[in-house]
Amino acid sequence: MSTQESRKERINRGIKVRSDGLYALMSWRELSYLTLPRFIMIAGMLSLPFLMPDMYWQRVISIVCIYAILALSFDFLAHYVGLVSLGGAFFIGTGGYIAGILNSYFSIPPFLTVPLAAIIGGIFCTLMLLPCLPLKGVYFAIVTLMYPLFMARVIEAFDIFGGTDGLVGIDSFSSSFAEQYFVIGMVLIFLFGLRRFVTTDRGLIFTAIMDNDQAVKASGIDITRYKALAVFIASAMGCMAGACLTHIYMWSGISQFALDFSILPIAATVIGGSGTLVGPILGCLILVPVSELLRDFGTLRIVFYASILVGFILFKSGGIMEFGQRKYEQFERWTKI
Amino acid sequence: MTDPILKMNGLSKRFGGVKALKDVSFDVFPGDVLGIIGPNGSGKTTIVNCITGFIKPTSGKVFFRGKDITGRPPHKIADMGVTRTFQVMRPYYSLPAYKNLVIPLFSPRAKRTGGWRGGGNLGNRQTIAIDILEDIGFERDSYIPFKKTSTLPTGYLKRLELARCLALKPEIIICDEVFSGLSMSEIASMVPLIERLQDEGITIVMIEHRLRELFQVANRVMVLNFGEKLIEGTPLDVMADKKVKEAYFGSEEVEEVMTYA
Amino acid sequence: MEILVYGTINSVSLALMGLGFAMVYGISRVPNFAHGALYIVCGFVTWTLFHKIGLPYFISIILSLCVNGVLGILMYRFVLIRVRGMNISEIIASYAIGLAILEGFRFGGFRGMTYTLPVFMEGSLMIGSVPVDFHRLIMMVIGILLVAGLWVFTHHTRIGLALQGMAQDERAALMLGIDSDFMAMLAMGFGAVLAGVAATLILPLGNIVVESGYHVLIMSIAVCIVGGLGSWTGAFFAAFIIGYAQILTVVFIGSHFQMVVALLAIILTLILKPSGLFGQQKELEERV
Repeated sequence: MSTQESRKERINRGIKVRSDGLYALMSWRELSYLTLPRFIMIAGMLSLPFLMPDMYWQRVISIVCIYAILALSFDFLAHYVGLVSLGGAFFIGTGGYIAGILNSYFSIPPFLTVPLAAIIGGIFCTLMLLPCLPLKGVYFAIVTLMYPLFMARVIEAFDIFGGTDGLVGIDSFSSSFAEQYFVIGMVLIFLFGLRRFVTTDRGLIFTAIMDNDQAVKASGIDITRYKALAVFIASAMGCMAGACLTHIYMWSGISQFALDFSILPIAATVIGGSGTLVGPILGCLILVPVSELLRDFGTLRIVFYASILVGFILFKSGGIMEFGQRKYEQFERWTKI
Repeated sequence: MTDPILKMNGLSKRFGGVKALKDVSFDVFPGDVLGIIGPNGSGKTTIVNCITGFIKPTSGKVFFRGKDITGRPPHKIADMGVTRTFQVMRPYYSLPAYKNLVIPLFSPRAKRTGGWRGGGNLGNRQTIAIDILEDIGFERDSYIPFKKTSTLPTGYLKRLELARCLALKPEIIICDEVFSGLSMSEIASMVPLIERLQDEGITIVMIEHRLRELFQVANRVMVLNFGEKLIEGTPLDVMADKKVKEAYFGSEEVEEVMTYA
Repeated sequence: MEILVYGTINSVSLALMGLGFAMVYGISRVPNFAHGALYIVCGFVTWTLFHKIGLPYFISIILSLCVNGVLGILMYRFVLIRVRGMNISEIIASYAIGLAILEGFRFGGFRGMTYTLPVFMEGSLMIGSVPVDFHRLIMMVIGILLVAGLWVFTHHTRIGLALQGMAQDERAALMLGIDSDFMAMLAMGFGAVLAGVAATLILPLGNIVVESGYHVLIMSIAVCIVGGLGSWTGAFFAAFIIGYAQILTVVFIGSHFQMVVALLAIILTLILKPSGLFGQQKELEERV
């Protein structure tokens, strides 16, 4: 009969304690402890196009990156500003249509339409969402969920921009190489840019608004301005992703407002680890290829990632990143009590 | 007599059918420590919310330095130097204590006034934040200012609320029950802090249940009952008043407080 | 006249769709985004029982309502109970369940125009100059009876009163000995049954298609938001507002705009008065 009970003990690795916060780095080893994960991330992302066997999978890489940008923007809005936007499709669709319009009506080349779509789309989305900014929680989530549906119906009802057929014959990127490195570069820039941004004094205000917006107001700060800024950043990212998507598929249409673009980034964020910014990208790297593999099964892949999503929400709400981080930074051992 | 720094004029507020405030008028003069007391539900916090713009009064006006500030958004009012603490403490739980102060130090007002005492250049907000925390009673050279706010005890959180006001270099601080929930010794250390702030020329409005300590620091007291102003005067006047006794105190405590004063 | 008749019918069907959602949110504060999926589940289960197994129509309806109720309860007991109180997780989890159910059906071969349920009663009646078939009339009668029944249930029975108490203040209800998790589970079950009732009443009028699951979800959200989340009397009246607005747009502008109206209603309500037209005023909590 074993009456001996154990519990798991977690202890920070010494190297982690030394290199945490103060950055008093004593050796190459400590330096590499800090930089290795980041380096692997960057190198891995950059080498992806070479690792992929054929055109089809290289295309998948681009799609992964587009979803990754979208998931990043969701994670930033939800976990650093406290605005849970279920309207990723709204950003994608707006960006996609703007790029499409600029390219097919004004024949502006892709390398200009993408940044233009990001800026114009960002402004457009921010203006559209501006009246909703005082809303909180469920209300903001529902209203953002409705926007993409609304836009799709408006385009359909007024039969503008090609109506249900969408805009066709849009230029693609000059080469698949340029396409992939452009989106990969964007993911990395946005990732590290946002990580840096949220720790600046200005970034802290966003976190404070999420924690407690009343107190921020009492500190003499106009929270609507900051929320609008956050929405602009997030929607500009989303619109840029949408513009890239349009140029990759050489087409923009109503299905860019489809719920797929809203739900997959959220799933990726939950699976990867919400509030970590890296997590969403990891999540996309896992989810998108798997769902491509399951493409033959048709809509079963949606069932598949919806169930994974539920599973993660219930049992591993911290996501993969939290797990990985813990393993990287802490010893675990069983001790007798 | 000088002009009042803060002036309420016939303030009324109605929530649905409930009249939370009925025609309350009072003045606050520069350098005052005004205490507002009253039983639960008498509209004390509603007054704070009306002054600081968190709710709009149904009728009546609020003047700050002769300027009508009724119904202006909270951040504009805070920007003028009218700051408040919250009864239910609202620190930013996911930030460490000192970073809580970075938020007010980032506000336009702090940029203009140079923040806490220091003139002009704001420099590194995080070091200023630690200075303020030390000044308000967080132990220097300890780990406490760096702790997550969610792990701090109530006493520190109350001080943090005050510190957040101070970071704005306020003209008025409206304290919504800073003493409640504190132990006797914590209150005892808080009283000199309030007195010191008064010496520095900050006008203070205190909403309080702890009468003994309030009467120690306040130079004027206003009593509210069911949203109506019962009486306003010096602590001694208020304690002597019959109506107040009936409405609020209950005989025993009055004796106790009076003997103390 | 046409507008009046069809407007009323449309409104009642919207009210039926929205009631379940409003009820679940009102009592347990869980926004049940799987509502549309539950609606479709009921349709397909009834279809299977009726056409494949050959049970009588009435019995298959009752059985599928039970299936729905149990499904709702299971969903609460095993999934939603764990994320209760975390608004966003609730939305994501319930939406993911709904998505899985709906797309599962699509994968399982339930698509196209082949799935129909028979109407309760053939034939039609002239109201003024407008022909209305009996089924729509039955739907209206049952719909109104259902709302009346719900009102009686929540105001005059023990469980109903307990549910109401919980809707108003969950902690206080807990202290009075009301098992809030059990009640929320019941509410979820009721909500699922209501979705099923709506399905059995509305689906015979058309085909059972997966898309209508999303449509029902959006419409029920629209009704609840406009009426004020959590107030089912509000949802009932809002159904009439949106119902007539939709019929009017169909008549005067074009059927394409039907959905635009509903979505616009949601967005405008949330922007102008987030607590809804009939919701209680919560000035400090929701905005400011």
